[in-house]
Amino acid sequence: MRKLPLNTPTPAHTAQGLAGHSARHDSAWKHVSGQARYIDDLPMPEGILHAAVGHSQQAHARILSMDLEAVRAYPGVVAVITAGDVPGHIDIGPVFPGDLVLADDIVEFIGQPLFAVAATSHEAARKAAKLAKVQYEPLDAVITVNQALDKELFVRPSQTQVRGNPDQALSEAPHRLTGEQVVGGQEHFYLEGQACLAEPTEDRGMFVHTSSQHPSEVQKLVAEVLGLPIHEVQTEVRRMGGGFGGKETQAAPVACVAALLANATGRPVKYRLSRPDDMIQTGKRHDFFNTYDIGFDDEGLILGANIMVAGRCGYSPDLSDAIVDRAMFHADNAYYLDQARVTGHRCKTHTVSNTAFRGFGGPQGMMIIEQAMDDIARHLGQDPLDIRKRNLYRPGRDVTHYDQTIEQHVLPELLAKLEASSDYRERRSDITRFNQSSPVLKRGLALTPVKFGISFTAQHLNQAGALVHIYTDGSIHVNHGGTEMGQGLYIKVAQVVASAFQVDLERVKVSATRTDKVPNTSPTAASSGSDLNGMAALDACEKILAGLTGFAARNWSVSPDAIRFSDNQVQIGDLEMPWETFVQAAYMNRVPLSSSGFYATPKIHYDPKSGKGHPFLYYSNCAACSEVVVDTLTGEYRVLRTDILFDAGRSLNPDIDIGQIEGGFVQGMGWLTTEELVYSDDGQLLTTGPATYKIPAVSDCPPDLRVTLLPDSPNREATIFHSKAVGEPPLMLGIAVWSALRDAVSSLTDYRFSPPLDTPATPERVLNAVTASQAWAGKQQEAS
Amino acid sequence: MIEFLLNGRIEKVDQFDPNLSILEWLRTKMRLTGTKEGCASGDCGACTVITGTADQDGRTHYDAVNSCITLLGSLHGKELITVEAFQQEPRHPVQQGMMEKHGAQCGFCTPGIVMSLTALHANRKDGTVSHEQILEALSGNLCRCTGYRPIIEAGQDAMVKEWTPDTEHPAAGMAPGSSESALSRIHQNNITIKAAGGARYDAPVSLEDLRSLRRAYPESRLVAGSTDLALEITQQLASLDHLVSVERIPELKGCVLEGDELVIGAATTYQAFRASLCELWPAFDPMLERLGSLQIRNRGTLGGNIANASPIGDMPPPLIALNAILVLDGPDGQRSMPAEEFFLGYKKTALKSGEFLHSVRIPAPKTNETLHIYKVSKRLDDDISAVLGAFRLTITDGVVSDCRLAFGGMAATPARALKTETTLRGQPWNDHSVAAAMNALGSDFSPLSDVRASASYRLQVAGNLLRRAWLSSDSLPREQLTVTDYA
Repeated sequence: MRKLPLNTPTPAHTAQGLAGHSARHDSAWKHVSGQARYIDDLPMPEGILHAAVGHSQQAHARILSMDLEAVRAYPGVVAVITAGDVPGHIDIGPVFPGDLVLADDIVEFIGQPLFAVAATSHEAARKAAKLAKVQYEPLDAVITVNQALDKELFVRPSQTQVRGNPDQALSEAPHRLTGEQVVGGQEHFYLEGQACLAEPTEDRGMFVHTSSQHPSEVQKLVAEVLGLPIHEVQTEVRRMGGGFGGKETQAAPVACVAALLANATGRPVKYRLSRPDDMIQTGKRHDFFNTYDIGFDDEGLILGANIMVAGRCGYSPDLSDAIVDRAMFHADNAYYLDQARVTGHRCKTHTVSNTAFRGFGGPQGMMIIEQAMDDIARHLGQDPLDIRKRNLYRPGRDVTHYDQTIEQHVLPELLAKLEASSDYRERRSDITRFNQSSPVLKRGLALTPVKFGISFTAQHLNQAGALVHIYTDGSIHVNHGGTEMGQGLYIKVAQVVASAFQVDLERVKVSATRTDKVPNTSPTAASSGSDLNGMAALDACEKILAGLTGFAARNWSVSPDAIRFSDNQVQIGDLEMPWETFVQAAYMNRVPLSSSGFYATPKIHYDPKSGKGHPFLYYSNCAACSEVVVDTLTGEYRVLRTDILFDAGRSLNPDIDIGQIEGGFVQGMGWLTTEELVYSDDGQLLTTGPATYKIPAVSDCPPDLRVTLLPDSPNREATIFHSKAVGEPPLMLGIAVWSALRDAVSSLTDYRFSPPLDTPATPERVLNAVTASQAWAGKQQEAS
Repeated sequence: MIEFLLNGRIEKVDQFDPNLSILEWLRTKMRLTGTKEGCASGDCGACTVITGTADQDGRTHYDAVNSCITLLGSLHGKELITVEAFQQEPRHPVQQGMMEKHGAQCGFCTPGIVMSLTALHANRKDGTVSHEQILEALSGNLCRCTGYRPIIEAGQDAMVKEWTPDTEHPAAGMAPGSSESALSRIHQNNITIKAAGGARYDAPVSLEDLRSLRRAYPESRLVAGSTDLALEITQQLASLDHLVSVERIPELKGCVLEGDELVIGAATTYQAFRASLCELWPAFDPMLERLGSLQIRNRGTLGGNIANASPIGDMPPPLIALNAILVLDGPDGQRSMPAEEFFLGYKKTALKSGEFLHSVRIPAPKTNETLHIYKVSKRLDDDISAVLGAFRLTITDGVVSDCRLAFGGMAATPARALKTETTLRGQPWNDHSVAAAMNALGSDFSPLSDVRASASYRLQVAGNLLRRAWLSSDSLPREQLTVTDYA
């Protein structure tokens, strides 16, 4: 890999919209005028049918019989298929086996698809699917993480990472605390539900428009269920109405059902999930049960830690192995644990198979150490920020419990800056004073850091391809393996390409992601979209540029050093010509104007057996300071102000990055506060729509929200123009809100008691924490 | 046949299924796909469109509504504006603001947000719009990507800018100074639609016609704003055979002060009665601000909130606390009853066959009377209450001479805490009496645990709301008492 120059000064005259400029989202006008098309908006092909599936009503059972006569007889129904009708593979597990496209013998969660219906309308398909008569023989069902832990029921083997001798360190430590927590799951609630449109092509092939973060996996799995070679199936993703991880693996089953029905009927089939079906049928963020046992000195410096994280994976592995891995990789968050053991369990339950969600287990892992930070501070009577700062990784204390050395120490300075810019200390004393005089409302403050590892932990996924064409009028067309879900990946890659050729951004168009343009793509996930695809696109540009430079040098007899691309012009020695003129000349001289590009992330490796390695190319760093006010009568609360300082390296597009940061923060806040997934004891999801599942609404946005990008902080790794990933890390900034809620409640005990506060910290859980704190204070009074 | 304006052009629709929502019609029949389905339950706002209704003075008033739970039949005589009206120059300042502030990421919620802010822009008076009004306008629009800050700023920027389309623009009526309503061309007649499958929709325009319909078809379902009823269609996939709309009957709409009573027609929307009610009893205002979203309050009606007899409707507890009188109407004439007698059981009311709610009579405050209304929910905006407490207290010389304490979310119906009232009545209004009353609540209620809250939380909070009422009258101002007022 060519080392990119760290300092590329911006010339006075430059093309418009290059990398570093806050260009608008490429679909901005289409978004605001309703012209951006999502799957359900596509023109409907002749003869189109609509799909729905019938759901299992039991969490764990054997299917004794399935009477589908009434389904078949419903007006408008054209086809009904079951597992027996699948011509190819029936198991569509993305990494490990275990996910059947349609259940055959055993069902393992309420909502599992049993059969699929194609009908002439969406409504007819849904109504028909409700008419099946299914008989079950119930089997023992395991619903919660703790039930699975008790029974040692796991979807994948447990893993442990150990450094040194944590047991000895714990027993010798001057102070030792233990704690546990339940960290709730989270529904993605992408505004556009899962959707796809499958159209049969000649040679029994299939073309699938899908709303997926992973078009290549959709392609592969559709080919497998149809029993076709992959080249007979192509998929296209123009855009998603939100993904957040929920369309990484979860779009494929939807596409497979549509393709099976299209194959069975020979007609195009659209399958879009209604909101309740989407919430019942598709995986969510794993809820976790975590414990810690931590030893520390009088200053709160951690000497030893024994941490356990256990995620509810649901009935199948899906991506849970990597997700619990990432929880383990982030059980330290930003802190040096010294002698440490981190154990991760992948709990099997008879609930929907949980899946990727922004942060991918990292947030759930971080929660346990952040709880410990607050608990240590209360135990020692110190400010939690001091405990956090003291334990940060820094030179000399810079090796993680999985043996990766932290090479760029951003957080000590970043935290100091945020502490100053948020007036943390002054506000801390203001708040303490306020709380002493306010009988009902209590304010809380917390400043929490995030260190998040960047790269897929599955090494092979860290690759990307791109395809760049220059047309004879100088306009440029780009495809790459990344998908657009609102995060602005297309515009960022377009800016990279514009920068490579030093032409105006408007000359560059990125079009829909297609498996026949760029093959074998990785999912757009792990915050890697612009890191991977930006580099692949740049590689394609550089290949074209090499050819163009060689041509110019030959054609005009100048040294290659004398050729420069800048401000929509090409300088060839003393000659200067407009970009499009130069492109024309190249074309007339039969010089290639198109190239593919490729990128593979260097340096990364990890050995799960030893629990050691270098799984991340680098770490993304940020911190948030949040202030809340809590009503101790009802547990209701509001976030009053949030300050965020974020290291995006040399940002490709500062405004787009700030959009990711704010949106991620609010999403993380929602995860930890109002977003509550409620299951019945027998495993039925009870919160199946926005009436009962409450994502943040407009009034939840902090009225005072200050987001700043850390200046002068280029990535030391050779990432695309030395930017840093921004997709997932800000989600974990929401932890500041949770910690601030605990801080507010802790004021009831003069900050001596660290109240338990499982998440989501709904008003009810906050009131429980208030009650526990009041009880603790009451006991203290009795004792004294 | 119904007739309405769609983006400036007259649209006539006949023989449609009365269960058809505006959203379904737009997306499947018209293939106008700019309006999105996010939930089909009126909770996310992706489907927001604007409806224009002619005022008495001939001007058109524009409301953002959820097209997913608004029935097509309700459009007769109205104007419907969708995002497709805004695909041409000049770009609306809201669109400009949304682009400049990066207010759209994935873009799926964006058309609905543009509609909500555009409606606010059209309704703004003197060009000034407060921050709170922007939040109110967006209270029913969920965005999962941005965190809202850029959307709020886009709204702020847009509200100080004018939008001057030419008269041919599909949404020209929304521009300032467009005086005459295009709706004058559209009939205001009785409507009966019979769909091919046999389902029927009636939208009478007089009380007499409504009575006859109810006499002839007592099994028909009444519909006003359909903010709750439409959920049967979109969520339970029901197909309703016969709907009778009450929203066009003048006698059932509006607020008038008659003596010391405020009389609100049952088909009056929250937005239409809010100002009059809050003038009489300001305690309603903070609750109404959080009841549903603006889209819901633009369509939902007082009568609907009462007659669906949900245990967690937000209007019944305060009406019970105030001892409001419900006027019932029907084939056998009118009768009245106190609000609390109306609720017989879970979703069961005193309405007899063919009867309907006519109006609600709300007494004005008397000397020494205060009203406290507290709504508690997981989320502040657009969330159904876990508990709602409404307390009317008469404090005479420091003694609780009378009190009516009503709750939602504590029983199968909205209900009074009769034993607690007895505990409190005649006692000095102080910390000690309130503590005793809080203890008594357990003998009045055994609430349920559900997705919104546990039984124990409900009971604890119900008591604490009484304490809040005490503290607020003991001189703790609201800004030190509730997080919504804390600034």
